[in-house]
Amino acid sequence: MTALLIILVAALLGITIWQISKIFKLSQPIESDDSQIATNEDNQKQGKIFLAFTVFLYGLMIYSFWSLSKFYAPGASSHAEDYDQLFFISLGLIMFVQVIIQFLIHWFAYKYRGKKGQKALFYADNDKLEFIWTIIPVITLAALIIYGLFSWSEIMNVQETDDTLVVEIYAYQFDWRARYSGEDGTLGEANVRFIEGINQLGLNESDPYSQDDIITTELHLPVDRQVLFKFRSQDVLHSAYFPFFRSQMNVVPGMTTQFGFTPTTTSKEIRNSEYMVEKVKNINEIRQNNDNLGPDEKDYEFEYYLLCNKICGVSHYNMQMKIVVETEEEYQKWISEQQTFGELTAQN
Amino acid sequence: MSVAAQPLANDHAHEEGHHEPTFIEKYIFSTDHKMIAKQYLITGLIMGFIGIAMSMLMRLQLAWPNETFWIYEVLLGRFGEDGVMDPSIYLALSTIHGTIMIFYVLTAGLSGTFSNLLIPLQIGARDMASGFMNMLSYWLFALSCVVIVSSFFVEAGPASSGWTVYPPLSALPQAIGGSGLGMTLWLVAITIFIASSLLGSLNYIVTVLNLRTQGMTMTRLPLTIWAFFVTAIIGVVSFPVLLAAGLLLLMDRSFGTSFFLSDIYIQGEVLSYQGGSPVLYEHLFWFLGHPEVYIVLLPALGITSEIIATNSRKPIFGYRAMIASILAIAFLSTVVWGHHMFVSGMNPFLGSVFTFTTLLIAIPSGVKAFNYITTLWKGNLQLNPAMLFSIGLVSTFVTGGLTGIILGDSTLDINVHDTYFVIAHFHLVMGISALYGLFAGIYHWFPKMFGRMMSKNLGYVHFWITAVGAYGIFFPMHFIGMAGLPRRYYKFTEFPYFDDLADTNILISVFAFITAAAQIFFVYNFIHSIFYGKKAEQNPWKSNTLEWTTPVKHIHGNWPGEIPKVYRWSYDYSKRNKEDTDYIIAGQDFVPQNVPIQDNEEEMNE
Repeated sequence: MTALLIILVAALLGITIWQISKIFKLSQPIESDDSQIATNEDNQKQGKIFLAFTVFLYGLMIYSFWSLSKFYAPGASSHAEDYDQLFFISLGLIMFVQVIIQFLIHWFAYKYRGKKGQKALFYADNDKLEFIWTIIPVITLAALIIYGLFSWSEIMNVQETDDTLVVEIYAYQFDWRARYSGEDGTLGEANVRFIEGINQLGLNESDPYSQDDIITTELHLPVDRQVLFKFRSQDVLHSAYFPFFRSQMNVVPGMTTQFGFTPTTTSKEIRNSEYMVEKVKNINEIRQNNDNLGPDEKDYEFEYYLLCNKICGVSHYNMQMKIVVETEEEYQKWISEQQTFGELTAQN
Repeated sequence: MSVAAQPLANDHAHEEGHHEPTFIEKYIFSTDHKMIAKQYLITGLIMGFIGIAMSMLMRLQLAWPNETFWIYEVLLGRFGEDGVMDPSIYLALSTIHGTIMIFYVLTAGLSGTFSNLLIPLQIGARDMASGFMNMLSYWLFALSCVVIVSSFFVEAGPASSGWTVYPPLSALPQAIGGSGLGMTLWLVAITIFIASSLLGSLNYIVTVLNLRTQGMTMTRLPLTIWAFFVTAIIGVVSFPVLLAAGLLLLMDRSFGTSFFLSDIYIQGEVLSYQGGSPVLYEHLFWFLGHPEVYIVLLPALGITSEIIATNSRKPIFGYRAMIASILAIAFLSTVVWGHHMFVSGMNPFLGSVFTFTTLLIAIPSGVKAFNYITTLWKGNLQLNPAMLFSIGLVSTFVTGGLTGIILGDSTLDINVHDTYFVIAHFHLVMGISALYGLFAGIYHWFPKMFGRMMSKNLGYVHFWITAVGAYGIFFPMHFIGMAGLPRRYYKFTEFPYFDDLADTNILISVFAFITAAAQIFFVYNFIHSIFYGKKAEQNPWKSNTLEWTTPVKHIHGNWPGEIPKVYRWSYDYSKRNKEDTDYIIAGQDFVPQNVPIQDNEEEMNE
């Protein structure tokens, strides 16, 4: 593929140089008028190129939608469906406008290209037209704004219930930790000033709530149960981005931020979904042919991930945490195997 | 008030010839607005060359992340040892690329050049209100350029925390090397830049308000001047806030204050900062940062309004609506900054407010786009290179603006925030569009600046390759953004999930290289035409505005005799006489602003 592209580029550059030299040749002897102002011939030619450019532009748009829109990641949280619907409505709307407006711009550039003897229309104002193209966007945008705001307040105002799982996501250069509240259901007090030795997240050891907290390097979430994340950063700004769950929140030192969602698809389910099977197959083909990878890296299996999406330092590009969405039973089993903070400190 | 100022200026004009300016007075410490405009332009273009070169290095790295290229070692020295780009220099490149392109090229290079050139010439003034302040403004800008470029030669590298320089990353040298001396230099450079920008802006405002020639009412001003005028106002309102943010950041860095920092543990040590908030910095930064987008864009839109009307041989459609939308955009631009912070941790209610104001801004922007298109309709389009770039601007402005509807919606922003979708959006809507405006302005006013014409054929080649390339880079980029590809990543290979995006990244990079290569045509055309271009006639584009009534050869004071009086707006193109038998001036489809109202002409109600 790369080789093909390089050949394509070379060919395009070749054509470019050929065309330019042709333009030079054409422009020199014939043109007696070298005023460097567009002549009638220039207008004809450039108008037609506009038409050709329109073909390129629409071709590019069709190509992008045809072969690149498959990159849109599948959603796996309860609000993902709502999000995707709003996204596709907005996208459909803007593409509808785009297709019409781009056509008008380029078509007019072609259609009204200057011709000898052609007279332009003196047309300076029309209040009715101005009103129409003010009011139509107003109405459409009002609808979009209202729709968006409903979704926004639904996503952002998490209604905490007894069943809600509260998890702290802790960020530092350049990794993540998750902290579960343990049996008491309450996260113990924490501050960077408590960080010492094994107590890497700065939990207050004298706070009884912190004793049963569980700190992990992977994030496990039970499916169909609401999770409320509390984000804390140790050093600089980070951003916790969960692309498959349509969720993102900055992680800010000095304050706690939060975001909640309900995962609806387990890791197993998404791995076996048609989309993911196809995608992973494709990725593994690419990886087989990649000589930079060691033999054990060639086989990729999909896992959800959390990544850092706010520039945070030199290794920003590799600050990720594996997320496992599993059934309630699997989750309970996993969490019961983890060491509590109290056990951790007792060991040392 | 404009009348009162003129006799003085006239007296001044008579002094011309008494004193032959020395080389230094004429070319270096010049107070003549035309020379200062050229100084801004050439400095801006040099900075643009540096900025674009940086983006090429980034694209090379993103397309082939695991390959080695000798060019890294040549250009980046020890940050590119053995042809491998260091991750820290990648972040530095993206930081300085953004800073240079936004502030140095598209603020100073675009607005500085054309405000200086056109404000006095188009309003009928001998020079700026204060020539000295104007000179000072340029030299502060030049100094600022030297400082920002010099930060590349600092041992730990230049500022690398993104062009937004969010603390704590930008405040703590322990967090990233670039936040040491490199960051200090960035802050110094931007402080000088703000001083330069304020001196320039105040001068533009005063000049437009006070030095208009007789008859040049505000509603007869060309839209270029309206755009520059309002841009200057936005600059005066918002740049001081950035200065404040920069100063507070400097204090946090150097004097131990805690405006933006709190509860930080880094490199095995708890820092003493307590009580500050990085979110406060984000608010202050984007209070400038968002209006900055319009500081960049409005001059480009002003320039294209003028060029599209001239080359369509038609008045701009909806002149008053255009002014109203410039004013509306200017006002709204100062109340939308929060849309950069939907997921910053600020109160979600504020997110709702900012979604509302942000989507409102689509309305005046839409009006502008529709008015441009209607101006093209039934015109007699003279497809000069400047016109092609102007039409190109309308196209990219629409494409880029539309995706703003997605990003401005707080809900939708959650999942595309800080991904390549954003990069694609703002590069199209402000990067490419403003650059097209810059190029359009250069091709159009080159004869005014240098008294010679640029080659149109080279201009055509330049435009078409750029137009194809720009869309080729940024349209597919939206889709890798929708895949969740984060910005400011040195490479994506740490995530196997992104492996299938690699081909698209290569495609984007290839288009980027072609587009950058096409700029060589421009550079050659520009330099060659300054010395060997065809000599320009006085009014090559048959334009109505006053700058084309000045002689081709620059003189101090612009007009050799009296300053022309103005009798009409600047858009009487193809206006017909009362009987509808011919144009107002027979056989000439334009009526310059200094031509009195004719007997056979219906006066527009102004």
